[in-house]
Amino acid sequence: MSWITVRRRPIAGYAVVLLGLIGIGGTYAALTAHGSPASAAAPSANPQQIGQGRTLFVQNCSSCHGLMAQGTATGPSLIGVGGAAVYFQVSTGRMPAKEIEAEMPRKPPVLNDQQTRAIAAYIQALGGGPPIPSAAQVSTAGADPGLGQELFTENCSQCHNFVGAGGALTQGKYAPALTQSTPTQIYTAMQTGPEAMPVFNDTTITPSEKRDIIAYITQTRTEPNPGGFSLGRIGPVTEGLVAWIGGIGALVLAALWITAKRRVH
Amino acid sequence: MSDTGEYGHDVPVPDGVVRDGVVQDGPQEPPRAPHRVIGTPPPAEARTLLGTVQEDTRPPVQRELPAGPADAARAKRAERIIAALFILSALAGIGFIAAYVGLEVGTNLDAVLRSNLALGISMAVAFLALATGAVLWVRTVMPDVELTEERKPLASPEATREEFAETFREGAEASGFVKRPLLRRTLILASLPLVAAPIVLLRDLGPLPGTKLRHTVWRKGLRLTIAATNAPIRPADFDSPGAMITVIPEGYANDDDAIAKAAVIIIKFEPGQLTSPTNLNWTVDNIVAYSKICTHVGCPVALYDQTSHHILCPCHQSTFDAPRGAQVLFGPANRPLPQLPMGTDSQGYLVALSDFKEPVGPGFWERG
Repeated sequence: MSWITVRRRPIAGYAVVLLGLIGIGGTYAALTAHGSPASAAAPSANPQQIGQGRTLFVQNCSSCHGLMAQGTATGPSLIGVGGAAVYFQVSTGRMPAKEIEAEMPRKPPVLNDQQTRAIAAYIQALGGGPPIPSAAQVSTAGADPGLGQELFTENCSQCHNFVGAGGALTQGKYAPALTQSTPTQIYTAMQTGPEAMPVFNDTTITPSEKRDIIAYITQTRTEPNPGGFSLGRIGPVTEGLVAWIGGIGALVLAALWITAKRRVH
Repeated sequence: MSDTGEYGHDVPVPDGVVRDGVVQDGPQEPPRAPHRVIGTPPPAEARTLLGTVQEDTRPPVQRELPAGPADAARAKRAERIIAALFILSALAGIGFIAAYVGLEVGTNLDAVLRSNLALGISMAVAFLALATGAVLWVRTVMPDVELTEERKPLASPEATREEFAETFREGAEASGFVKRPLLRRTLILASLPLVAAPIVLLRDLGPLPGTKLRHTVWRKGLRLTIAATNAPIRPADFDSPGAMITVIPEGYANDDDAIAKAAVIIIKFEPGQLTSPTNLNWTVDNIVAYSKICTHVGCPVALYDQTSHHILCPCHQSTFDAPRGAQVLFGPANRPLPQLPMGTDSQGYLVALSDFKEPVGPGFWERG
């Protein structure tokens, strides 16, 4: 205790109380991260990061979303969408968008991770919303891919295909393949429901169940998948096509050879 | 042999004679529709599908084959190749046995794959080399001469057919099948119930569906639970507009037959978005519940687009307008998704107020 009592200035007392509260809160959050991550995962935003985020936002996003993120005719308001939405859109390269399309395609991100998190911190500070989950929150260690598969089959596979290979929707929209998505991107997509995707909030699909779904998606990628084009693992279709066309062609040629008239010598 | 008339092939029947309870009327010149007892053969002169026998007057076919192949040197070369192929086939056949005996299978998947590969390749080589050798044999060593052989008539000679008919007639007469109508008719009577039996058996293949297709297991007070996790839902938990989740009736998680009809999706809307013809009395806090079974052919319909609020069926692109009673916007479905009457129980969880008010799934009853 001596290192605290050394400091005699009045402000030190407040600092100790504040640190204690943060410590209790942090411990509580760590112990109950299972239940209410929305409050526990609040990123430690500092004014400097928020300031950098604001600068980046004005440079990259404000032409569509407005200088105060209030939204314009071309882009929706971002007040209250939370850092999770920013992280998903920017880290997958969908934002900043080149042009307005039926669906924003995934592309190499324009901003790096640190810049992405800065903008997320700025949007988070503007109006709250779901924050970026921590690495522990999206870890698949100990997750149950079996339950993840059931949840994925019930709620995700209609659009994303049962192994996450993606699929077409109406009016030029599509459900993207999940083959490159990082766990954090999958988590934030479920939390925020980007574009046409429905929202799966933490009280409906709990963070633990979200980790199960992530475990299913990532584990399915590593399953062996021999043959040609997998077509979303619907089976050996391409191999079958080659076997039928090539095989039947060979059989026809063989039949022609067997019954061909011999040349007269 | 006045009784030969019974077989109806040579004796004209006098006018007005009562035979077997049937009055034979009209002149019989020539006899038309000869009277014949059930179970006796038609007269031998009756037309058959096999044609009539004709004498083969053609000269016998010359069957002189050349002594050897046209090109002896070529045949000699081919002989070696064919022999090599047959030896290859023999080796591959031995290899098949060796692979079958030698390669352990056990429970190791890789070992099973190795074994299958070895067995498949050795057997394929054995058969392929054998067949290739045989074809080469035919094409290079054997003489290439075309012979024509006309097909013989299929019908038996007249005498054989006459003899068969005669034997049958004798047998029929000796058995008393014709002379003893009581036996004949009771025999026919005995066979009738056995013919009818399969009809009765087929009719009994399982109970009719009754009204089962018109109802699901939803009933008043049954909670909606999230599929797979079986967690009940409070409206406050499902509070993000644009959210959608698949739910099943509580306690039926393992009853696939029940879920096949009772699966439901619930969708959360912004206040004011839900409008007629959605039954707003059946919604809770802008949450609406629709059947997940497409009204076209029953696919699970859950592609919910939260920007356009369309529910899309992945099978045939039927599109339903979620905020307006899931009316059909596009596609082959001809009826909205049925809405589940939904409320909350005393503990605040979402429950059904009743079963669906109309049958879910494809509209079989509208066609019947």
